Amino acid sequence: MTWDLDRAATALLEAEDTRTDRGPITDEWPELDLDMAYAVQDETLQRRLNRGEHIVGVKLGLTSRAKQERMGIAAPLTAWLTDAMLLPAGAPVPQDRLIHPRAEPEIVFVMKDRLAGPGVTAATALAAVGSVHGGIEVIDSRYRDFRFTLPDVAADNASSGRFVTGPVGVPPEKLDLAIEACLVEVDGQVADSATGAAVQGHPAEALALAANELGRRGLAIEPGWLVLTGGMTDAVHVPPGTTVAVHFTHLGSLHLTGG
Amino acid sequence: MTDATLTEAADTLLAAYDTRVPVEPLVDKYPGLTLADAYEIQLVQIRRRVEAGARIKGHKVGLSSPAMQRQMGVGQPDYGHLLDDMFWLENAPVPASRFLQPRVEPEIAFVLKKSLTGPGVTVAEAAAAVDFVLPALELIDSRIRDWRIGIIDTIADNASSGGVVLGSTPARLTDVDLRLAGCTLHRNGDLVGTGASGAVLGSPLTSLVWLANTVGTRGVVLEAGHVVLPGSITASVPVAAGDTVTAAYAGLGSVTARFTEETS
Repeated sequence: MTWDLDRAATALLEAEDTRTDRGPITDEWPELDLDMAYAVQDETLQRRLNRGEHIVGVKLGLTSRAKQERMGIAAPLTAWLTDAMLLPAGAPVPQDRLIHPRAEPEIVFVMKDRLAGPGVTAATALAAVGSVHGGIEVIDSRYRDFRFTLPDVAADNASSGRFVTGPVGVPPEKLDLAIEACLVEVDGQVADSATGAAVQGHPAEALALAANELGRRGLAIEPGWLVLTGGMTDAVHVPPGTTVAVHFTHLGSLHLTGG
Repeated sequence: MTDATLTEAADTLLAAYDTRVPVEPLVDKYPGLTLADAYEIQLVQIRRRVEAGARIKGHKVGLSSPAMQRQMGVGQPDYGHLLDDMFWLENAPVPASRFLQPRVEPEIAFVLKKSLTGPGVTVAEAAAAVDFVLPALELIDSRIRDWRIGIIDTIADNASSGGVVLGSTPARLTDVDLRLAGCTLHRNGDLVGTGASGAVLGSPLTSLVWLANTVGTRGVVLEAGHVVLPGSITASVPVAAGDTVTAAYAGLGSVTARFTEETS
C-alpha cells in the first residue's frame, strides 16, 4: 500500500484515538515534504470538524531556541486548535487520552481583528490582538519518543494535545512581551524560566509568522481566535501525581496537575 | 587531607591565575577531597590574596539555578569570595585575556546596609539587611581545564569566580519583583538567554539567606557595604575579546560589559 494524504491523516488520527505512538511517517514515506505535510494537517482538521469539533484558533510550534535545539529542527510551524483540545482551568491532564504529555508555558493572544498574510509584521500583528493571556500547552506527539522530522511534526498538527489559558487578560499595549517572564515550578521546585523574547524574539513575531504562513496557504487568522505562540521553555513531564505551576510577571499563575 | 596537601592544591590554582593555563581537576589528583577540604583550599587562596593586599568586597553564590546546574552538571549551590580587583566598570573595556575560559551570567546583585550573621538568618532579616539591588553581569571563569568541574573542584576554585560588572541603577528591594521580573541576555546583539529572576532558588533572597547561613557555620559574617551575587538567572555564555554583552532586567535597567584584547 502506497502512502498518500488520506493514509497519513488516517494513521495520525488513529494513533491519537488509540493512544498508540508510531514511527515517523517519513521513515516509510520519504517524499513527504512540508507542503504535503500541511495538506495532511488540513485533512486531519477537516476530519476533526466532520466529527463535530470547532476551530478555536491556531498554535505555533518550535518557535523557541530551546525547543528547536531539543528537536534538532530550526524552523517554526503552525497548527490547528479545536475546542476538543481545550482543558478547563483546574482540570487534570487526561492521561488516559494522551500518549506522553509534556507541558510548556506559552503566551496566548486572543484576536480582535482579522489577520491575513502575507506582509504581516510584528507591529501590525500586535495591533490586531485584543488581549494577552498566560497559558500552558500540553503537547503530545503521535511519534515514539518525540522523534520526527519537520514534515512529520507539521503533519501531526505540531504535536498538539491540550491547552489551558490563564485567568488574566491584559491589553497588548500594556505589556513589554519581550521581557514578560514565566517561572516554571514542578512540585514546588523551580524547573525553568524564560521571557517572551525566547519566542522568535517576541511573541508578536510568532503571530506575524503564523499569519504569513497561513496567508501563503490562502488562510487567515479570524477575530476571536486564540493564538498559542509557542513554548517559552523546554517542555516538562507531567506524570500522575505531579503539579506544574507557571507564574507570569503580569499574566497571573496557572496550575496543572498530572491527575 | 593534610594541611600540606590543601596548600599544595591552593598553590596549583593560584599558579593557574598567573600562567592562565588551566589545570587538571583536583579530584583526579586528590580523590579523597571533601567539601570542607574544598572550602579550605579556597580560603587558603583568599588569605594569600588578602596578605598580598587584596580586599574582600563580598561573596557570590554559584550553581543556584536549574539552568546553571544543568549546564555544569552540579546539583547544589556553592559560594566564593569577591575581591576588589575582580570589579570592572560598566562600558569600560574588560581585557578578556586576563581570564582563562570566561563566561558571563546575568544576576541581580544585593548591596548590604547591615551585616548578616548566620546560621539562623531568616528571609525577613535578609530583606531588611539589603540596602539596594543593582543589575549585574558576573564573569565566571575556571582554573580547571575545559570547565570539567564537579562540586569539589568549583568550590576549591573560588566557586569559579572571575569578575563582576555592576550596573549603575540602584533600586530598592520593594521596587523590584525579585521573583517574576524578566531578564534578557544579549551578546553582540544576539539573544542568548532569557529567564525570570526567581530562577535563582525561587528568589535571589533565598540565595542570600542560604549564603548567610552557610558561611555563618564557618564563622564568616556578610558585612555592611558588601556585594552579594546570588546566582545566574540563565545558563552562562562564553565570551571573548570583541564581545559586548548586555543584560536587561524588567524594572531594574540594564548593564553592559565590553570585552577587549589586553590594553597597555
